[in-house]
Amino acid sequence: MAVNADHPLRPADWVTGFAVLILCQLAGEAMVQLLRIVSPGFVFPGPVAGMLLLVLILNRFAERARSTIAVANGLLGILALLFVPSAVGIMQHWAVIQAWGLPLLLAVIGSTVLTLLVTVYAFIVTDRWVERRRR
Amino acid sequence: MSGLSGIWVYLAASPLTWLGVTLVAFVLAMRIGAFLGNSPLANSVLVSAALIIPALLVTRTPYQIYFEGAQFVHFLLGPATVSLAVPLYRNRDAVKRSRLPIVVALIAGALTAIGSALAIAALFGAPPDVLASIAPKSVSAPIAMELANGIGGIPSLAAVLVILTGITGAVIVTPLMNALGITDYRARGFAVGLAAHGIGTARALQVSDVAGAFSGIAMALNGAFTAALIVGVMQLL
Repeated sequence: MAVNADHPLRPADWVTGFAVLILCQLAGEAMVQLLRIVSPGFVFPGPVAGMLLLVLILNRFAERARSTIAVANGLLGILALLFVPSAVGIMQHWAVIQAWGLPLLLAVIGSTVLTLLVTVYAFIVTDRWVERRRR
Repeated sequence: MSGLSGIWVYLAASPLTWLGVTLVAFVLAMRIGAFLGNSPLANSVLVSAALIIPALLVTRTPYQIYFEGAQFVHFLLGPATVSLAVPLYRNRDAVKRSRLPIVVALIAGALTAIGSALAIAALFGAPPDVLASIAPKSVSAPIAMELANGIGGIPSLAAVLVILTGITGAVIVTPLMNALGITDYRARGFAVGLAAHGIGTARALQVSDVAGAFSGIAMALNGAFTAALIVGVMQLL
């Protein structure tokens, strides 16, 4: 799975890996658009559909996907950077933030803490129940 | 002097300048984070934005000009989302074994995310268009904007609330989970991916590979589930 030090990636491998990611995203976007012809109200992110497609590909061809895995790991290592342009976009909304700033901030913080708590405990309690039933 | 200001006029309008500023700000944010012992408060998205926004305000640069440079970084979000397949594949056995906890936590978490945001904002008397914009705050920005638009919200406000939620979740998750003594990184990752989408997932990947995998799947599932839920409720009404 890890990039083998004996066989470092050749320059073309990086391009191949990136191409696989782009083509998966493209296929995902196309699938979502196709489904929207059938059901116009359908909302689903194309990149997530592309992610599911790549899982299927990795399930079958993991040993041949070394370059894709290397490029994917590289991108995920800088995932936070990719959100910076959107975060800077907050500067466009001073007016709304000034008008509704405190209630919105309290709603965001309060709801995020509650969601973290409910989700983590729902997961743990169900997991313990499953483990007990297995024994 | 007019020669120098001419150069500045050229540079300020060039996409290269703002792409460069974005990259340098992120490197600085990482350095500041490392200096503060990788404290979750020094979140790299938060610190980068806190460095870039004043620079744009001082130079009177509109966001649209900034984004012409920053879009090259923004564009990589798509392939990066596809890349989440790799930690998911690497931890596929743990994911398969946790199917039931995943389903239960997804339903409980998604309902809490929407319901509690609506309840708190309504408590403060927020108008309907603001409520419609905060409802999808825990899913990634493109879905949230589309959902907000569909239920009478303001898409750009929805995007801001999504980003604020992401940063809040990424900053809070580690101290909160540590304080509660929760050591199951599947549960921790799943919670932050559900509550705080991609920005939470970026944090989870920094903490552990297992947390990153479960965060990625939570983000994907919650995006789909919240969309189905809101679209479904809309069609009932």
